[in-house]
Amino acid sequence: MKKWTEAIRASGTGASGTVILPIVVFAMLTALPAGAIDVPQPVLDAQQQRIDAIQRAIPSAVSIFANEGQGGGSGVVITPDGYALSNFHVTKPAGDYMQCSMADGQLYDAVIVSIDPTGDVALIKLLGRDDFPYATMGDSDQVRVGDWCFAVGNPFLLATDFQPTVTLGIVSGVNRYQPPAGTLLEYADCIQTDASINPGNSGGPLFDAQGDLIGINGRGSFEKRGRVNVGVGYAISINQIKNFLGYLHSGRIVDHATLGAIVSSDEDGRVIVTDVLESSDAYRRGLRYGAEILSFGGRPVTTVNGFKNTLGIFPRDWRVPLSFRLNGQRHDVYVRLMGVHGREELLTKAAGVPLPMPEPQPKPGPKKPRALPGQDPQQPPGDQPQPPHEDVPDVPLPKKIQPKPGRSPIPGHPGQREPSIPDHVRPWIKPRTGFANYYFNELHRDRVWNAFSAHGTFDELGETWTLRAAPAEGGEVRIELGDQRVTGRFTGQVGQVDLTRDLGEQLDPPGSGGLLVTLHLWQRMLRLGPLQFGDVYYLGTAPLPGYDGLYDVLVAVHDVVESHFFFQPDSGQLVAIEMFPDSGVDPCEVYFHDYREIDGRQWPHSLRVRHGERTVLELNLDEIHAAAKPDEAS
Amino acid sequence: MNLSFPMPTTSANRSRWSAAIGRSTRCVLAAVVLVGGWLTTAAPAADPTSFADVVDGVQPKMVKIFGAGGLRGLQAYQSGFLISPEGHVLTAWSYVLDTDLITVTLADGRRMQGQLVGADPRIEIAILKVPVEDVPYFSLDLAKDLDIGDRVLAFSNLFGVAMGDEPASVQHGNVAMKTQLAARRGAFETPYDGPVYVLDAMTNNPGAAGGALTNLRGELAGILGKELRSSLNNTWLNYAVPVDQLTDSVEAILAGRTLPRSVDDQTPKPAQPWTLALLGIRLVPNVLPNTPPFVDVVVSGSPAARVGVQPDDLILFVDGRVASSSQNLLDELTFIDRIDPLNLTIQRGIELLEITVTQGP
Repeated sequence: MKKWTEAIRASGTGASGTVILPIVVFAMLTALPAGAIDVPQPVLDAQQQRIDAIQRAIPSAVSIFANEGQGGGSGVVITPDGYALSNFHVTKPAGDYMQCSMADGQLYDAVIVSIDPTGDVALIKLLGRDDFPYATMGDSDQVRVGDWCFAVGNPFLLATDFQPTVTLGIVSGVNRYQPPAGTLLEYADCIQTDASINPGNSGGPLFDAQGDLIGINGRGSFEKRGRVNVGVGYAISINQIKNFLGYLHSGRIVDHATLGAIVSSDEDGRVIVTDVLESSDAYRRGLRYGAEILSFGGRPVTTVNGFKNTLGIFPRDWRVPLSFRLNGQRHDVYVRLMGVHGREELLTKAAGVPLPMPEPQPKPGPKKPRALPGQDPQQPPGDQPQPPHEDVPDVPLPKKIQPKPGRSPIPGHPGQREPSIPDHVRPWIKPRTGFANYYFNELHRDRVWNAFSAHGTFDELGETWTLRAAPAEGGEVRIELGDQRVTGRFTGQVGQVDLTRDLGEQLDPPGSGGLLVTLHLWQRMLRLGPLQFGDVYYLGTAPLPGYDGLYDVLVAVHDVVESHFFFQPDSGQLVAIEMFPDSGVDPCEVYFHDYREIDGRQWPHSLRVRHGERTVLELNLDEIHAAAKPDEAS
Repeated sequence: MNLSFPMPTTSANRSRWSAAIGRSTRCVLAAVVLVGGWLTTAAPAADPTSFADVVDGVQPKMVKIFGAGGLRGLQAYQSGFLISPEGHVLTAWSYVLDTDLITVTLADGRRMQGQLVGADPRIEIAILKVPVEDVPYFSLDLAKDLDIGDRVLAFSNLFGVAMGDEPASVQHGNVAMKTQLAARRGAFETPYDGPVYVLDAMTNNPGAAGGALTNLRGELAGILGKELRSSLNNTWLNYAVPVDQLTDSVEAILAGRTLPRSVDDQTPKPAQPWTLALLGIRLVPNVLPNTPPFVDVVVSGSPAARVGVQPDDLILFVDGRVASSSQNLLDELTFIDRIDPLNLTIQRGIELLEITVTQGP
């Protein structure tokens, strides 16, 4: 009996002693007389499945070492061309550039792409390959408490041998809400696990039993036990990150959302609005003090945490369904989410303490600065690989050399300083105020525009376009887009815009929210393109109410008016424009349908105009006339 | 889930604790067969070894408890679970319950006030009652023993992460050891000195006390204890008290034997009851609605002094009944005839003392 007890105890304390170990013990128990071990096949199958899942997952894990020797963390590659997720709090000390090791024993250069300081997410891009091993994203909404999961990462920066650490556990909770520090690092709708999440695991992947990516580890409840795991770690759900992924590719500093309302639970446990900003879209959609929140973002709301969870998974500017009850009446609306921060406020907070750009300044004293393995500080700058060509950014760079054997330096140790940004990495970094890395914004702005331009280019057209429709109810609608003015004749009313005056105050025809201005901006974008339109940047991807999927969004600012151009990601076609004449008012929304070719260009022949919750106008165009530029015509 | 298995060979040594090895092996067997069953019946995408179904079965029995605290690192919340269909909740006896307003949140999010039915500070449990009917519950009679190596699930609202209808946190681990906590005296400061399951998972976090420990079938095996830190090396002990250690106390509490007599105004009172003056003690000034009955002064030569009552002693029980406040203690004394000996349960530091006071010299 003593032997058995010891055997069971040994199996019971094994870190990976999940289903497998106790069963092996059982096999030993019953097999003792016969002297043969017979492990049931289902057990072997389950064991093999776990081994396979871990083997499948490990190659995509990344260990991040921050340039300034301020530590590091983990990450996970999610595309073959090297885009990798991590935590904002991991990449922040690194700045624009960091070095990442993977289980293949290679050290890769990486640049920051975007940061989401509120959600504690960062997207980075590893350089040098277009065939990176990458993780498959799972569906974190399907994760159940009690499911097996495992974390892969760089706890305590142990991966100086480039081999990540695997820690196994179960899902302890889902839809957890962990409040922010101030307004940053909020973990909404996160996954709680008892897999060991320790300092250095931050930014690393949490996988399900199949080896699919379900979360990004980043936080734990520690309290009085110091900063080591107490069986309570939290991972940002991968479904939240999927919502943000378009934004995260934009090179921007991404903001989270607020409804513009404060909710709390009353004595009956209902979630009630206790304050609402009059400038918010929620207010314009009818949300008032005392309204009971019924569902939000497609989820029933039963607790304040549940409401915050839903709020936390959506980016700023998304339109999300909201159901509430006010004075006994149920309202089902879409609300446009506001930013948690003002733009300047977010920049300031994201910056936090100033991050000095790493410059090549050797430390005084006898100690030479030491580089991470694989990086030779003696290498002359001229010998660096050629930077990628501007318009083909994803050219794979030569692989870095193998790490040298011997003791690896541990980032964070005093006296060490990591190398400054290598020359071959510099083309990937484009600083610009308001952006984490403007390089990637340009990349996607151009991608979206080039895809749209495949349907025809409009830059050789003149400035006078005529749109004509004959509505079924009779009469004629005629819109003239000119270089000085825009005029529109509609059934029963006329409208015009003087383009030499403030566009935001000429919202003809009345009730449309500014259809003529919107069509002018449409023409301006088509003719001039994003580079000459004004200030145009790539927002990311966002939904359109009533439409499936997510759309690439370009934000274009011209003459104090901000407009959002929605492009269908597969076809590249322009689907909608939202024109905001001012903050705090409903935009004019124009939806473009029924594209047909005229003279080699795709033109929309159906326009649907919405303002607020109303469809103002539906136009089926019978005639579109746009002459070529006079000088080209001659 | 109701499957039968061949019994593995067991040794002749079937002491109370070691006999459980046979049972634990059966549990392991159950796991094996269940795994096999799930492998053939579950959808291909689902993980056949997931505990999700077991967890779903336990969650409706878990409750969140909110009460006193919230200051100086003392959390105002803890865990508990239903042990009767009429809403009896087993939880840890702690300062969180030291209030008139104990809020119990059921798994479905219903919030209600919990009434303290009784407590046993010696094993640090208390029972609350919430006004519900036909709720899912753990029957203590069906609780299972565990043995070393048994795999367990721990359910609690650690760190108070769950609110409303959000489910309790679940952790997994193994029984690493079964031992008498008394052997840890001097290291782990606790009045409980009985057997415990020591766990290899970090289950005993803030707010976890009162949580449920189950086997892999979701059958109750123990109640998660309070946080215990070794004063020798600052390590924390993760443990649960086996259900069989609780059953006598739970029975006594449910029978009302630990309730203050004053709750029932039919109880006859003696003509000459005990008083504090007769005992020879003064309590700290009764300035709050629930001033705990701390001894302030002991009159030398008094009955209390003769049996060693000291200033700063906290009177927990009078004749086995809860004295939750100074007023409560005063009321209770009026039910006890001064010709009878008076049994006091006193907390001095971390020690629990049973003291019998008599009037005569």
